[in-house]
Amino acid sequence: MSSNSITIPESLSGTRAEGRTWLETLHEWVITVDHKKLGLMYIGTALFFLVLGGIEAVIIRIQLAVPHNHFVPPQVFNRMFTMHGTTMIFFVAMTILFGFGMYLIPLMIGARDMAFPRLNAWGYWMTAFGGLLLYFSFVGGDGLYGAGTAPDVGWWAYAPLTSTAFSRGHSTDYWTISLLLSGFGSLATGVNVVATIVSMRCRGMTLGRMPLLAWMYLVMGGLLLFTITPLTAAQAMLMLDRYGGGHFFDTQAGGSAVIWMHFFWVFGHPEVYVLIIPAFAFISEIVPVFSRKPIFGYPIMVAATVGIGFISMSVWAHHMFTVGMPSWGNAFFVLSTAAIAVPTGIKIFNWLGTMWGGKIRYATPMLFCIAFLFQFLIAGLTGIMLGSAPVNWQLSGSYFVVAHFHYVIVGGILFSTFAAFYYWFPKMTGRMLNEKLGKWHFWLFVIGFHLTFDFMHIPGLLGMPRRIYTYEPGRGWEGWNLIVSVGALFQAAAILCFVFNLVWSYFQGRLAGNDPWDAWTLEWTTSSPPPDYNFAVLPEVRSRRPLWDIKHPEDPDWKYE
Amino acid sequence: MSTLPATMPVAERPWVLPSRGRVGMFCLIAGEAAIFTIFVVAYIYYIGKSLSGPMPREVLEIPIITTICLLSSSLTIHFAVRALKQGNIGSFRIFWFITLALGAIFLIGTAREWHRLIYEKGLTISTNLFGTTYYSLVGLHAFHVTVGLVGLTLVMLLSLAGKVHQTDAEHVDVFSLYWHFVDVVWVVVFTVVYLIGR
Repeated sequence: MSSNSITIPESLSGTRAEGRTWLETLHEWVITVDHKKLGLMYIGTALFFLVLGGIEAVIIRIQLAVPHNHFVPPQVFNRMFTMHGTTMIFFVAMTILFGFGMYLIPLMIGARDMAFPRLNAWGYWMTAFGGLLLYFSFVGGDGLYGAGTAPDVGWWAYAPLTSTAFSRGHSTDYWTISLLLSGFGSLATGVNVVATIVSMRCRGMTLGRMPLLAWMYLVMGGLLLFTITPLTAAQAMLMLDRYGGGHFFDTQAGGSAVIWMHFFWVFGHPEVYVLIIPAFAFISEIVPVFSRKPIFGYPIMVAATVGIGFISMSVWAHHMFTVGMPSWGNAFFVLSTAAIAVPTGIKIFNWLGTMWGGKIRYATPMLFCIAFLFQFLIAGLTGIMLGSAPVNWQLSGSYFVVAHFHYVIVGGILFSTFAAFYYWFPKMTGRMLNEKLGKWHFWLFVIGFHLTFDFMHIPGLLGMPRRIYTYEPGRGWEGWNLIVSVGALFQAAAILCFVFNLVWSYFQGRLAGNDPWDAWTLEWTTSSPPPDYNFAVLPEVRSRRPLWDIKHPEDPDWKYE
Repeated sequence: MSTLPATMPVAERPWVLPSRGRVGMFCLIAGEAAIFTIFVVAYIYYIGKSLSGPMPREVLEIPIITTICLLSSSLTIHFAVRALKQGNIGSFRIFWFITLALGAIFLIGTAREWHRLIYEKGLTISTNLFGTTYYSLVGLHAFHVTVGLVGLTLVMLLSLAGKVHQTDAEHVDVFSLYWHFVDVVWVVVFTVVYLIGR
């Protein structure tokens, strides 16, 4: 990165895909260290696992649609919800958000690659092999006496269920090693994201001029360092217990099952923010462009993000109110959980402030953003309910909790990721996603989402526990569960729409050009898809909206910032 | 290439950002510190909770000499990096070798201690909670020392082959951060295992 401009060899500037065998293409993708290729590989991997995790969700919902159902045996049901949770968190949500980050960060800060490109490739392959290992358990997890195939201990794998006495065979080991591997990959990603954003910004891009996406990924990278590592440590302890004869979580030798809960949730709660902060990042980039206004309250947004990052590390035990804590412990975690609602609320007001008085374009990315605002608000409100210890004692472990966190993850993270797909797909492929199919996707998914997760709150309030295999009629749960399951089918149809749109638009979509949305950040200054070197001349910025400055030399932003 | 240059005429000012190597290493150290924190918390939480012996006070001896060795290796690696920055390859090699030797002495000390505990005192990782937490925490640290020794040896060999120059001082400096971290962690582990836990 020593010189600002590079001379482009003739071999790179022409169309390069011609005259190569598929083996050469495959080889190029396997050995690549380019952040854009790796970003796309992350996204592709995540979509693959999204389909797998989605199939598991559909199996769960078919099983629960009516009382006394025996669509799958109970053992399979346990495997399904364990694999669904593990897959969706680690190999869909994190992976897809890493993918967008890897793709966009260097482009948005005017760099030619990440700080450590090879480390980036290493992190990707760790994640990919972690996911493959998790699914290899279906064939390889038989172990002794044929006990168990896929992991069936739940995604948080509480002790002592994971001890060798209760979890025979190797299915739990596949779960552990898979998360250890992908955890190392995530640590590498955290290092890389922070180092890139701190050290690779183009000339003039001070911290105060960075796109909000870069700021939020910076906070996410920092969180990764402190949150994935406790899980890695706890998994190492679990391995020592299972294979080395250790006693960390062995209550018969004086060990503690509760300390596993603490270690897991010290990871588990900040993990939610590792996932939602990139979602905030997408919203913060897309809402201004489609409201034709700069983001409202940029410094406050940054401060709120950093605040969320810090507070998120002090709320973990609100997952453990029912385990029992001293009253000061309850009070502390209730208050810290309520406190985190403040910066989150500030963000929602800032997005509304951005839209207020703007000239809003209701294109598909913006539709997903608006749905995100409503849904994330409700998710946050049920979160505050559950964060209050007395309510939590009543509702913990019920379907109300399941509804709440799916509202966050699907209604918040997945919706913003769809927005990001519609917004940045033109940059990644050079073609627009089809708007008509996009609208179908959006409306089907909104209907499915609300059928499923609005109505899922009610059996929870009526006392339906999570993770049950089946239930008796006459408890007032059956109608609600049927609606929930029907909603899942709508969502599956919407996903099919989306996947079809991705494939069709990749070949047949309208050509996008460099800047189809009339946007303002640096990734839109280069061609679509960007060349390997991103920028022939490294950009130099003087404001938060460098592309605005270029388009409007008579009224540039830097005069006012 | 239809690339729109996003450049504006701005007076040339120096544009210096922190070194990515240092930032990356500090991030790695932060992550590693979190891993160690979890193991230290587990150790402290389980002090005195073992249901059967041997107990720490009966079997642990304070490793004063090897601790002095490891901590002074922080000083020698600092001198080595300083010598390299000044272009003094000869004294770089000497200090680097002393660092390597001190680290190796520490690791041998740990190995001898483990040998004594296992074969004379009958304490293994599965004996009791003390054994589990002791071997995993000290072992995690010893693993990091081992990784550090591999790195030190590689640089030593490269240096003997004449491949380490003054221009590499920054890389060597970044590596030395890791070594300092391993030493600082030992201060914590030493305090927890041999002073508080004993």
